[in-house]
Amino acid sequence: MEPKLADYKTDVHNDWCPGCGDFGIVNAIQMALTEMKIPRHMSAIFSGIGCSGKTSHFVNVFGVHTLHGRVLPFAQGAKLANPNLTIIAAGGDGDGLGIGAGHFVAAGRRNVDMTYIIFNNAVYGLTKGQASPTLRLGQKTKSLPNPNVNEAVNPIGLAIASGFTFVGRGYAYDVRQLKDLIIAAVKHKGLAFLDVLQPCPTYNDINTRDWFAGLDNVDEITQKPKPRIYKLEETGYDPIVHYGSESEVNEKLTQGLIKSNEWDIKIPTGIFYQNELVAPYEERIADRVPNYLENSPATQPISSDGKSITEISKILDSFEV
Amino acid sequence: MQSKDITWVIGGPQGSGVESAANIFARACAMTGLQIFGKREFYSNIKGEHSYFAVRVSDKNIRSNVKGITLLVAFDAETLFRHVDDVCDDGAIICDSDLISIKVDEVPTLDTLFKSRLIEHLSSKNKELSVRGLLEICKERDITIHLVSFKNILAALAEELQNPSIRNMFRMLNVLAVSISLGFLGLSSKPLLDSVEAIFHTKPKIAELNKQAANYGYNFATVKFPKFKYSISDIQKKSNTFLVQGYQAAGLGKMACGCRFQSYYPITPASDESVFLESNEVFDVKNNRPGSTLVVQTEDEISAIGMAIGSALTGTRSATSTSGPGFSLMAEAMGWAGINEVPIVVTLYQRSGPSTGLPTRHGQDDLMFAIHAGHGDFPKIVYASGDVEETFYDAAKCFNFAEHFQLPVIHILDKFLASTITTCKRFDPDLITIDRGKLLEKIEEDGYKRFSLTEDGISPRSKLGLENGIFWNTGDESDEFGHISEDPINRVQMMDKRASKLELALNTITKEDQAISFGIAEFCVLSWGSTKGPILDAIDMLKKEGLNVGFIQLKLLHPFPTDRIKSLLKDTKIIIDVEANQAAQLGSLLNEHLDKKVDYYILKYTGRPMTSTEIYESLKKILQTKAEKIQVLTYGA
Repeated sequence: MEPKLADYKTDVHNDWCPGCGDFGIVNAIQMALTEMKIPRHMSAIFSGIGCSGKTSHFVNVFGVHTLHGRVLPFAQGAKLANPNLTIIAAGGDGDGLGIGAGHFVAAGRRNVDMTYIIFNNAVYGLTKGQASPTLRLGQKTKSLPNPNVNEAVNPIGLAIASGFTFVGRGYAYDVRQLKDLIIAAVKHKGLAFLDVLQPCPTYNDINTRDWFAGLDNVDEITQKPKPRIYKLEETGYDPIVHYGSESEVNEKLTQGLIKSNEWDIKIPTGIFYQNELVAPYEERIADRVPNYLENSPATQPISSDGKSITEISKILDSFEV
Repeated sequence: MQSKDITWVIGGPQGSGVESAANIFARACAMTGLQIFGKREFYSNIKGEHSYFAVRVSDKNIRSNVKGITLLVAFDAETLFRHVDDVCDDGAIICDSDLISIKVDEVPTLDTLFKSRLIEHLSSKNKELSVRGLLEICKERDITIHLVSFKNILAALAEELQNPSIRNMFRMLNVLAVSISLGFLGLSSKPLLDSVEAIFHTKPKIAELNKQAANYGYNFATVKFPKFKYSISDIQKKSNTFLVQGYQAAGLGKMACGCRFQSYYPITPASDESVFLESNEVFDVKNNRPGSTLVVQTEDEISAIGMAIGSALTGTRSATSTSGPGFSLMAEAMGWAGINEVPIVVTLYQRSGPSTGLPTRHGQDDLMFAIHAGHGDFPKIVYASGDVEETFYDAAKCFNFAEHFQLPVIHILDKFLASTITTCKRFDPDLITIDRGKLLEKIEEDGYKRFSLTEDGISPRSKLGLENGIFWNTGDESDEFGHISEDPINRVQMMDKRASKLELALNTITKEDQAISFGIAEFCVLSWGSTKGPILDAIDMLKKEGLNVGFIQLKLLHPFPTDRIKSLLKDTKIIIDVEANQAAQLGSLLNEHLDKKVDYYILKYTGRPMTSTEIYESLKKILQTKAEKIQVLTYGA
């Protein structure tokens, strides 16, 4: 039977604030899973802590709501134990780029074949609006006592520098594009990162839906707002590493970094960088352990009638005197 | 016939091959049927600081080190400065003749505290502040001293083998030191050569060269040195004898019982086990294709436990291995595993804390921390092994506990156990049973509830990837499906469900697996972990004098086996707590759970393991009612 969108929805009450960008992301995830026809039991959503952390409860696949900042370790452990699973990790910007930043960088180095989505709204929503690592220096969102004293981290740039092999950005109010980006990320062979701009209607009164739409920046001639969000693919931008020569890789990395720095007036979305010529972690293991992928830790038999079937007598022999 | 029981100590700068020398020595002796108990001591350093190996050899069953050195071998001055005082009056020293004139001030690695004690010692005897001065004291104590020019031996060996490069092969000193020692101790030369062969078997050229050196050194000693009072000789070797270290036992146990995922972050003394597992990552499986363990080195210990939990959710037997500082970072995730009823095993190799503490030294400082790691109330099991052989079987039991009760299990070991090299009976994987508890392989119907409320508190367990078995996990309190719930009634049901597993564990885990009784007496020692061997040997020493002391080894530390211990202690009057920490952590558990209070404490927290001699002396004082309530042990360099 063809899977339907409804199959991927749970009946758990969604308690996000009205107008929250998170709704668009969870819808896009459900749509992407439906469109890819991924069997529900072969997919798992791992999530961190914060509003975004609740995502796993709203999708009717395995859902693992982990600890603050730790979504990537949990998700990677599951994927490496059972490489047949489709795994999407979801978390907030504070979760992934503040408390979890070390895991973000280390995950890039591993390039495990899974997808990581950051719900980026520049504030810690669930703790009432403190500045997150992506809030710009000097900005004072409404619950901050003083303007933000830290520079913002650049998630796209950090992902590129850390070794993520698919780096993209979506916008929570463009669900169709976001769904397509999630499908591309899941299909990507290696670790994919999606930075999703997700206005927090309650605590971020600067990077609002209207701000992204450019309502504050009206064209003098046409009198129309100049939207900040634009799509890279509409500009002829080619993010893909096709051949893997050093000069090509350097060019694509640099191009992605330069694009990642665009902000105030124009904000690019789409795929910034993609390189499938880098072996995922699973392949690196399979080079050493030939049957790792088809006989993974999760699928190996370990006992028969309550007795061990692991044959270690040769190793034991080496300890005999 | 007098029992043959000697302690051989070799020391030298870290990185100079002391460990391989000790391995050759231990293996050669073990090959003749003698029993071995060896410990390694080293600084937190890569090259240059003093490290040493103390190998006890006996024709009787031994489970500990003792005070005193029978034969000390040194090719650096520091080894002499640090250990000469421990050489027995009728013992011997073999050292490089070039060391004689080295002064205390010329050894930069002697720390100021030790140096000032050494200078005070030499000055009080009016001796020169040098190796010469120190050896004069030895002569006055009738210690046999053999000065050997290792340089000349290397030159002579180069000459004999017509290989001039040997002159500068200083690593060869190790095999020379071992062969000279064994020649002096009177062991036959065959096991020596067999041991060298076994240790270098992957490098035939090096093996050959080392065998030639061994032969030379052995003959040198038998020709040059008069017979030594203490000799060792071949006895009937039992078949199926192992020479193995604790971390290897833990690793082998994990392999045998089906642990297929281990994540870790490098830390002393735990990483050896993970490296061992990775070195043996592919293995045969009966009637199946080859199996493998995936060992993942993570970016920190938070990630290590996170990955192990993620892996465990797929139905894989999963573990992580760490020491105190790393375990501190794992505390939050312990609670997550607890509330989500995830079976994981954390192998905790304790070392001396707090903080970085004595990073390469022994300690049993983390019992209370292991029991209480993580905020909030959730069930876990803390299980301690007492010796290397037990560690193999216990590693497997810990996975059974984890899966049967669906909770995190801490297998608590320590640096002493990890680095002990000992002879023991070959491990038998057929003695291992595998209990996967309520792990489901198939679910026919919809509506699965991961945390369904059941009679025994344990819910049938699905795994990621299982059809019809979809579940949710959350660190929040959850309902039976695993969705967040702040309902007060549900909260109580879920808290009680999880907590009930502790009672179930106490009713399910066998009495023998909870605590082992080695005899009950009016005076009874209670202890846990690696103190087992030294305690048993001490009790044997007392027995020879007609003194009787009982011993109960606690293995299950949490939940505390109150009933089991109470019933064992029925006829005991005096309780003696022995452990390697300052706060007497087991002691406080005993005082909390038992009606009787601890009468005496024998504690050690120098970072060095207890010798059986120290425990023997302390117990004797207690039996003679001459002991203070707390005796603190300090022996060992």
